[in-house]
Amino acid sequence: MPNAYRRFITLPYLAWAGVFIVLPILLIVYYSLTVEADGHLLLSLENYKRAFDPVYLTIFRRSASLSLSCTAICLLLGYPIAYILASREYAHKSFLLFLFLIPMWMNFLLRTYSWISILERNGLINTALRAIGLPTADLLFNNAAVLLGMVYNFLPFMILPICSVLKKREQSLIEAAQDLGANSRQVFTKLIFPLSVPGVVSGITMVFMPATSTFIISDLLGGAQNMLIGNLIEQQFLRVNDWHFGSAVSVILMLVFLASFGIFSAIDKDEGVGLLY
Amino acid sequence: MKMKITIAVLLCLAILVGLFLFVHAGQDDLRVFNWGEYIDESILKQFTEETGIKINYKKYASNEEMYAKLKRGGSRYDIIVPTDYMIERMIAEDMLEKLDFGNIPNFGNIDSRFTHRVYDPGSEYSVPYMWGTNGLIYNTEMVHGEIDSWDVLWDETYKGQILMYDSMRDSFIPALIKLGYSINTRSPRELEEARDLLIAQKPLVHAYMGDIMRDSMISGEAAIGLMFSGDAVYCIDENPALAYVIPKEGSNVWFDAVAIPKGARNKEAAELFINFLCRPDIALKNTEYIGFSTVNAEAFKMLPPELLENPAYWPPDEAIDRCELLMDLGDFAGEFDRAWTMVLAK
Repeated sequence: MPNAYRRFITLPYLAWAGVFIVLPILLIVYYSLTVEADGHLLLSLENYKRAFDPVYLTIFRRSASLSLSCTAICLLLGYPIAYILASREYAHKSFLLFLFLIPMWMNFLLRTYSWISILERNGLINTALRAIGLPTADLLFNNAAVLLGMVYNFLPFMILPICSVLKKREQSLIEAAQDLGANSRQVFTKLIFPLSVPGVVSGITMVFMPATSTFIISDLLGGAQNMLIGNLIEQQFLRVNDWHFGSAVSVILMLVFLASFGIFSAIDKDEGVGLLY
Repeated sequence: MKMKITIAVLLCLAILVGLFLFVHAGQDDLRVFNWGEYIDESILKQFTEETGIKINYKKYASNEEMYAKLKRGGSRYDIIVPTDYMIERMIAEDMLEKLDFGNIPNFGNIDSRFTHRVYDPGSEYSVPYMWGTNGLIYNTEMVHGEIDSWDVLWDETYKGQILMYDSMRDSFIPALIKLGYSINTRSPRELEEARDLLIAQKPLVHAYMGDIMRDSMISGEAAIGLMFSGDAVYCIDENPALAYVIPKEGSNVWFDAVAIPKGARNKEAAELFINFLCRPDIALKNTEYIGFSTVNAEAFKMLPPELLENPAYWPPDEAIDRCELLMDLGDFAGEFDRAWTMVLAK
């Protein structure tokens, strides 16, 4: 009976997932495997072949290097921040965590636009530099500006999961480790970090995915000079109206995410943290 | 048990009905789909006050985006504002309704120079809205010598001082004209040459931008930009150090027109709205606000002299004679896309 009950209570969700998640994915796969010829749809691998053209490979490489750098920087910045926010001194001061969330209340586009007025030639930073007699610099419309925009926008997605995992750790485990003679470095490397791996893994996926598929950050802060995968897909759907090629690129992107997801969950298991939960 | 099934089914239904209601909200409104920054929005309010018809207003950033949403997206609109070559394409694909000019008596106010154009030869599907040119906007305090040629876009001394549109068709205009080819070329070899020219230009370009280019030119972020005439009027108004020129080699002249897409639910209200836009006082208010040149002969008579003297707003006839219209490229548009992607991917 409880099992039957559970099954029925999940029905609305299943219906939702079917209509709004599974069906669209199937449609994208269908589009990616067809080409239009004389008003007819033909099954073909043409779109996938096209995606491996050197022009598009350049775009994939650039996207990969930017999103991997973004994820690495977010991890290096985010872990210590999450650690501090989750530490006993600050855990009750939810106000601090709040400060990291407040910018997210503002529209994502607006936040990205405001970086333009900070970085541009007559923007905040350069005006300040000029005022104190220092030479100005071209800060906007390059890969560094895109990377900055990504890190700025996606950092909270790294901090939050790590922080919530770290907050849940058992103080008694740490005390036990200390009792057994572990110094603070060993406590961290042998205990706290392995325990926080699930948070790190979900933080990495939550940063890596939007960083790989973003198109608006590279448009606004990169001056559209260095096309990323997201821009390529957007262009195929909105400007060129070639949904078939756009879908093929989307499917490739999904496969990349799926593969990285698989690797991460394998790491997750290797660390043996599953036992503790 | 039975009850639980019922509850589950009811929940499913509730979700679907909710979505249905959500999607169909405001079915009776007039749905207008226009370019961003391309109308004095108080005109929408005035229309609602005068007729009682509510307007659901949405914006797009390019002809191609509007086309994609109508063609594949299943979006329904009553009013769209495509550019000449896109009207040509949509007529060919049977995507536009024929207009009932009995409902648009103000059509008589439109200057006959702008009707019966090559994209809609019978003037059956569209009513001209605005017109303009593509040209160079430059900051007179940041350039040296006279700017009158597309060559400045390849001038090494302006490295990092050049802004371009992130729009495929518009960006190819200077390159194709500089090479002496038609902006509507269907020759792969000519397109390749233009592409290589744009790739060679890339190190000099500060950024490829959309509407925000106006702000960047006004605040002096760059010295030279490729820009639509109407945007230039706006920029010059904000920063008098800016000037606009149609290069001597020629350029692109374009016409945007109002049309009703097939599948419109509210055709009569749409024609009422088109008629409203053609009313001289409304057309005048609109052109003064957005800075693009009017097609309305009656509104033209009331234009303030400073607009008429502004070569960006009303260029001399001999400059227009040097300009060419964009045409629909058909399947060759795909080749332009590949070439443009190669420029941006480099």
